[in-house]
Amino acid sequence: MRGGSLWQLGQSITRRLAQSDKKVVSRRYFASGADLKKTALYDFHVAHGGKMVPFAGWSMPIQYKDSIIDSTVNCRQNGSLFDVAHMCGLSLKGKDCVPFLETLVVADVAGLAPGTGSLTVFTNEKGGAIDDSVITKVTDEHIYLVVNAGCRDKDLAHIEEHMKAFKSKGGDVSWHIHDERSLLALQGPLAAPVLQHLTKEDLSKLYFGQFQILDINGSTCFLTRTGYTGEDGFEISVPSENAVDLAKAILEKSEGKVRLTGLGARDSLRLEAGLCLYGNDMEQHISPVEAGLTWAIGKRRRAEGGFLGADVILQQLKDGPTIRRVGFFSSGPPARSHSEVHDESGNKIGEITSGGFSPNLKKNIAMGYVKSGQHKTGTKVKILVRGKPYEGSITKMPFVATKYYKPS
Amino acid sequence: MACRLLWASRVASHLRISVAQRGFASVVLKDLKYADSHEWVKIEGNKATFGITDHAQDHLGDVVYVELPDVGRPVSQGESFGAVESVKATSDINSPVSGTVVEVNEELTESPGLVNSSPYEQGWIIKVELSDAGEAEKLMDSDKYSKFCEEEDAKH
Repeated sequence: MRGGSLWQLGQSITRRLAQSDKKVVSRRYFASGADLKKTALYDFHVAHGGKMVPFAGWSMPIQYKDSIIDSTVNCRQNGSLFDVAHMCGLSLKGKDCVPFLETLVVADVAGLAPGTGSLTVFTNEKGGAIDDSVITKVTDEHIYLVVNAGCRDKDLAHIEEHMKAFKSKGGDVSWHIHDERSLLALQGPLAAPVLQHLTKEDLSKLYFGQFQILDINGSTCFLTRTGYTGEDGFEISVPSENAVDLAKAILEKSEGKVRLTGLGARDSLRLEAGLCLYGNDMEQHISPVEAGLTWAIGKRRRAEGGFLGADVILQQLKDGPTIRRVGFFSSGPPARSHSEVHDESGNKIGEITSGGFSPNLKKNIAMGYVKSGQHKTGTKVKILVRGKPYEGSITKMPFVATKYYKPS
Repeated sequence: MACRLLWASRVASHLRISVAQRGFASVVLKDLKYADSHEWVKIEGNKATFGITDHAQDHLGDVVYVELPDVGRPVSQGESFGAVESVKATSDINSPVSGTVVEVNEELTESPGLVNSSPYEQGWIIKVELSDAGEAEKLMDSDKYSKFCEEEDAKH
């Protein structure tokens, strides 16, 4: 084992997961436990056997007593409860909050029906991604959004800077950062039946992407039918003082079938679902078009632009991007971030940005970028792992079929 | 978790040794030698068998791939000769002694999980013909290794 330090191994695990803000991770690498922030569920995790690791400035459970593989399989068979309170939830309010947000993201926010949301991308002037985010139009004067923990400081500074400029021109927008709330994610086939026990609202009427403010287990929660696993499920924003009770209630109602699940399994699940991890599969220099998120750019926005980097992105939509995000299967050791992808003749055609062993498919899966033209499904490639080439092929994503709850 | 503790007790009774049971029950066997990079060595005459310790596999998590060296490859003490991959990370395996690889555990290609379920027995990684029997003196015995693991874990 490298260097005689398994603590370093734990850190390398964290590095792989926490690339979202490299600056933050390198600071935290040498931080003592006292520097890390704790969620409302910290003691609860420790009491349940959580192995705590630093992640984006927080002390988070990477796994519990069950292995990452077992945990990942259990999510799709039964269900998982994740503490994602490290992520940053905020509300934008005011008469002009919709046009304001539209200057910063690619979504057709105006076109969203109240109570619906979508995945979107915050772009920079070069058309690259600052962060990805799930935004929800609660009403025409209230937008609720969640951004990545590792991008919190960067995103809030970005939003604040633009908000100041917008307001100085007479725009009516303000924000509230929901540090008084904790976000929990409940995912898997048992998510809806279990959560239904804890609320009077009929969850069968809440479809994928929809949002509701309602009473769950005695407290007022923001509920979004969304997630990061490809399974049916919810993200629940609960007042932090009620977070432990809600977590306990969910676990009890499921009679142990829904398990507390950590970041290790969360990464395996999102990879199986073909979802980007900001910092790995999406970065400042990668556009949403290159990342395969053209669907997230509203139709009206493709015609009108009006977001940062629109000129670059609209040009890519016309000409096609020069690189594209694709999925890979491979033999041998799992392909990891930064592994080179070669064509069959040995020419470099791309790079892996995320990869690992899929517990549900029991094979290696990866995602990365290749030159346009080389991106067709079925293309045979060679992936270099530790200097040796291994056979691989390009495949569509998601790797595991998604089960989003949509109207039939 | 229960089956791991059961395995730990079974191994302990089979080898008729006492075992330090701590939290996740990391097993350290008395008749083996240990490197500070968490490999164990069993020396029988001129041959040595090694693998990674229970402490190592516990911290590593589910092993999904083991990169084995070719038979005939020379190895030197402290040098990396292969790798163990878990779900989330890759770790080099260092050779605790110098010599030549005479056998590799082919079973690990089909069943890498043996490193987790049986790190000292079915999860052995390679067998080596020693070039310098004296080198083993530099390795830790089971008591030193147990202490070493405790100190490492206490650091965080």
